[in-house]
Amino acid sequence: METDDASNLERPMLIRRPDDIPSSEITPEHVYLNRRRFLGAAAAGAALAALPSRLRAGLRSAAPRAGHDRAHGPSGGVAGRATAPGLPQKDWSKVRSELDEPLTPYEDVTTYNNYYEFGTLKGDPVRHAQDFEPRPWSIQVDGLCAKPGHYDLEDFIVPSRIEDRVYRLRCVEAWSMVVPWRGFPLKDVIDRAEPLGSARFVEFTTLYDPERMPGQRRAVLDWPYVEGLRLDEARHPLTILATGLYGRDLPNQNGAPLRLVVPWKYGFKSIKAIVRMRFTEEMPATTWAMAIPNEYGFFANVNPEVDHPRWSQKRERRIGELRRRRTLPFNGYAEQVASLYAGMDLRRWF
Amino acid sequence: MTQAPTSPLALGVDARAAKLGESVLRRRRVALLRAGVWALGLWPTLRLGWLAWRDGLGANPIEALLHRTGDWTLVFLLVTLAVTPLRRLTGWNVLIQIRRPLGLFAFYYASLHFLGMYLVLDQTLDWEFIWEDIAERPFITVGFAAWLILVPLALTSTRSAVRRLGRRWALLHRGVYVATALGLVHFYWKVKADTFWPLVAIGVFAVLMAARWWARRVARPVARGT
Repeated sequence: METDDASNLERPMLIRRPDDIPSSEITPEHVYLNRRRFLGAAAAGAALAALPSRLRAGLRSAAPRAGHDRAHGPSGGVAGRATAPGLPQKDWSKVRSELDEPLTPYEDVTTYNNYYEFGTLKGDPVRHAQDFEPRPWSIQVDGLCAKPGHYDLEDFIVPSRIEDRVYRLRCVEAWSMVVPWRGFPLKDVIDRAEPLGSARFVEFTTLYDPERMPGQRRAVLDWPYVEGLRLDEARHPLTILATGLYGRDLPNQNGAPLRLVVPWKYGFKSIKAIVRMRFTEEMPATTWAMAIPNEYGFFANVNPEVDHPRWSQKRERRIGELRRRRTLPFNGYAEQVASLYAGMDLRRWF
Repeated sequence: MTQAPTSPLALGVDARAAKLGESVLRRRRVALLRAGVWALGLWPTLRLGWLAWRDGLGANPIEALLHRTGDWTLVFLLVTLAVTPLRRLTGWNVLIQIRRPLGLFAFYYASLHFLGMYLVLDQTLDWEFIWEDIAERPFITVGFAAWLILVPLALTSTRSAVRRLGRRWALLHRGVYVATALGLVHFYWKVKADTFWPLVAIGVFAVLMAARWWARRVARPVARGT
């Protein structure tokens, strides 16, 4: 696919849903919610009512839970400085992915996190990251590039290119979410650094600060967390640096103030709280691939055909749904990214 | 329940009455102990049920139920295995009375974990995937084997089975050591990087097994059996 900068913004594609559907064509929310509630009840009978609310919600898996027990978007969504250069707030309950999937509720996106810098349990990051102060923040750009530099966050991001993108997030642990990120193409900051011809990879590093990141006080992983991409992957228009989600600044537990989002790869590739970006000739030694080389590879493309040694990758649980769904090759982005791996043995390069 | 001899007439009237009173007291203690075990055994179920109902299990309630029932299975297995060493240590022989209900609660949580949470909730009885899991993923194979070993133990936990099987009963029920060991391997293999709790559980198991070894080799070099 072409990577012409300006045209991407206008393209509905999978980047974002067009917001210009006439309001007359949209079923009023209370009508479709009622309809789904009715269908759900009719299908499952009285037994449904006896199920716990989350499981009930799971049975109506296609229904966004806005207006139900959980708020869909953050309440009073006032976006922060760096992330919202004039982008209007949306009615998130109506936003869906290009595959017509509803968004994962804000509360789930921000309370169920794998972020070992703040603890190894899913609920740890939201508890332990509350006092984390993501400002001031600076980013080192170095390695094989013509224009290395040391940037303040505000100078590093590219405000003119910030937009909302609805992506599936597939964790290597076989659960998934649909998240409306706010961010800008990684390509922009790569081009600005002018990587040398010898540069083939870009490596990212998370902040190392055990004082502020209590999870780093235990040697669960080899800190600091390091991730990386091949340069063509990094320049792909789907690859973004996110500064927010649901139209507001990234919550600390989601990787504030700046994280990578590579939607066709397992979630652990999307490194959080980035402080360094380095261009290299050699494949970066990434944290999980170093920790358990037979289970986590450098590429980590979502692939239902290649199982994790300890569990199946054929299916996944979408957060909020009861029954597992089939995992799509490249997490549903095969059309856009499969060509990057033409001729590669994806069983070997998992 | 029988009343304890609180009347002054019952006290010290004759040896027989005193002995009777003692046995009543003893029975009362056993009943109390058993009630405690039942309270302990049902507590996790009630709590998890309540949390599930109140939407208190987080974004992935099925995973939470799966993990927590697994945790409780190991807790009850280890507590069951602690009974005998504790009895030896304290000389409080009445503890033997709660070994069976504790063991049965372990089996109950193992079944809730495997049958209820894994087969039904997590895998929604999709056998194609379940067989693949059990056959091809060592961590699941091992967990399944542990549950399988516990089945005959639970089935032969009645008094009549103990009588009928005689010496073979004790031999069969040593399977609980194997099941627990496999359960711990299952737990250890399941985690991605943070092996803290699996190692704690393995440590507890090691201490309990060492206590048995010590009792056999050192304290009673001639005595047989567990």
